[in-house]
Amino acid sequence: MKVYFDHNATTPLHPEVKKEMAEAMEMFGNPSSMHAWGREARANVEDARGKVAGFIGATQDEVVFVGSGSEANNTVLSLFVCASNMCIPGTRMRSTIITTKIEHPCVLETSECLAHRGARVKYLDVDRYGKADLDQLEEMLGDDVGLVSVMMANNEIGTLQDIQTIAKMAHESGALMHTDAVQAVGKVPVDVNLLGVDFLTISAHKIYGPKGVGALYVKKGTPYCPLIRGGHQERGRRAGTENTLGILGLGKAVEMRGQEMEGEDLRFAAMKSALKKGIEERIDDIHFNGHPLDSLSNTLNVSFPGAEGEAILLYLDLEGIAVSTGSACASGSLDPSHVLLATGVDAERAHGSIRISLGRGSTMQEVEYMLDVLPRTITRIRNMSTAYIKGGAHAASR
Amino acid sequence: MLQAGEWAYSEKLKEHFMSPKNIMQGENTDEFDGVGMEGNLQCGDQMMVVIKVDKESEVITDCQWKTYGCASAIASTSILSEMVKGMTLDQAFQISPKDVAKELGGLPDNKIHCSVLGDKALRSAINNYYVRNGMDDRVRQEQAKTVCQCMSITDHDIEEAVLEGARTYFELQEHTKIGTVCGQCKDEAESLLEKFKHIHFGV
Repeated sequence: MKVYFDHNATTPLHPEVKKEMAEAMEMFGNPSSMHAWGREARANVEDARGKVAGFIGATQDEVVFVGSGSEANNTVLSLFVCASNMCIPGTRMRSTIITTKIEHPCVLETSECLAHRGARVKYLDVDRYGKADLDQLEEMLGDDVGLVSVMMANNEIGTLQDIQTIAKMAHESGALMHTDAVQAVGKVPVDVNLLGVDFLTISAHKIYGPKGVGALYVKKGTPYCPLIRGGHQERGRRAGTENTLGILGLGKAVEMRGQEMEGEDLRFAAMKSALKKGIEERIDDIHFNGHPLDSLSNTLNVSFPGAEGEAILLYLDLEGIAVSTGSACASGSLDPSHVLLATGVDAERAHGSIRISLGRGSTMQEVEYMLDVLPRTITRIRNMSTAYIKGGAHAASR
Repeated sequence: MLQAGEWAYSEKLKEHFMSPKNIMQGENTDEFDGVGMEGNLQCGDQMMVVIKVDKESEVITDCQWKTYGCASAIASTSILSEMVKGMTLDQAFQISPKDVAKELGGLPDNKIHCSVLGDKALRSAINNYYVRNGMDDRVRQEQAKTVCQCMSITDHDIEEAVLEGARTYFELQEHTKIGTVCGQCKDEAESLLEKFKHIHFGV
């Protein structure tokens, strides 16, 4: 059996998206051209823009197509070190950025880079469930703060943030509000007006669309400065000839999400609770990570002390199951998941964590298969582990 | 280039990961002649090696292990346990991480550090055998030598930094802060950097 439980990493193309993109494969015109070929491409791009805007409650000219969620996040953060009067009058004096310790690396590494380029960056702590500390935010906010950037749903543990409240707090102190909603859009309802954000990031490949395309919502009238310059595309907000096929795919992907999202939440919740119950019953000494309630219903993060995550991932892979891990060994760095560490999970638990993320194709049969394979995989790894030997770290707990 | 569906690891490594050899069953280390343990769970790697030794010939007759770690860690301890059987204690003591990696058909650079604990644990098992048999004089400790007096950085720290990816003196400084005060140790540090790059990565 082949089981793909890694939908937070990426998703397969929706068959309807694939169909629409395949049919449009002949469309090659440059949307900037005035002739028939160009106008055809332009019409498709604008149609997709309308769909994306409609899906998040924005107007069409508030949606900028970009190359990825990472690019959208880089664009927003980079605004705040722009020293040019031409781009963002009024905000350039406010060069402090507040974000959290559990953001995606594209936010954290960009922030670190900006700190070297003159910005001040402050990182909010999170509690043991991954919720941002709003008291600390209150203390950090001041007239030096230009931007608050907090992700809506965390990719590793699924914890949801109260973006509405955070945006309100940011605005009261005169700062702009950005949310990286890459993991939230298409999973939970997202309305930019309800959230009250100025910028919001979307990625296509997390919602059964193609890779290499994303969208950035920029509220009308918000100061803006392009990351990629040298063209009038996207009304001068993102140079480079549009990825027409990708954009079309993104448009179709949000359209399909609009039709299929309803009820999915309950289906995921049932599968997630079956997974939790099964894991709890069949495996000793386990710890669930993330918020027990206020979390994406498709995401389950669990730690198995005494078993290392990359080993778990690869043994599961041999049995046809795909998950991801917070272990250092799988990340290429020496540190385990920064998200788990920020929630106060110790390094060993972080090394021994896996993330199961469900998608529209996931079934209860797959959950049962997982619950069959996972316990014997963990037993096998723990039997060869030093953690449970006499005098070992977990000798007493079993 | 990776072919579709191929692992980042060699076939040999995959084989030892899928069917590890000589895993120590149960918990009783008393039936072995030497026990060695290195690493810790917080760092993501811990290995224990136990050996049985023929007293007459000092040949290792059995070697078993337990490992907490990733696929490279599991496979490298497994293959190490196969390599040392039939070796004398002196021969086994000489095994380097490079020998283990070679036997495994190579390891990706970022995985070398996952395999270095096995041979360390083996050496500590051998030392443990000497102690248990009243041959304390044969115990060889791997003593660290301080290279940078100001920051108190040892040759072991430099080796560790190389395994973590430092390739240039600047990267070494980023990892260890070596030579950031008086700077007198630069020449020695650079030559150790080259030495460990050669030992572990053959460059």
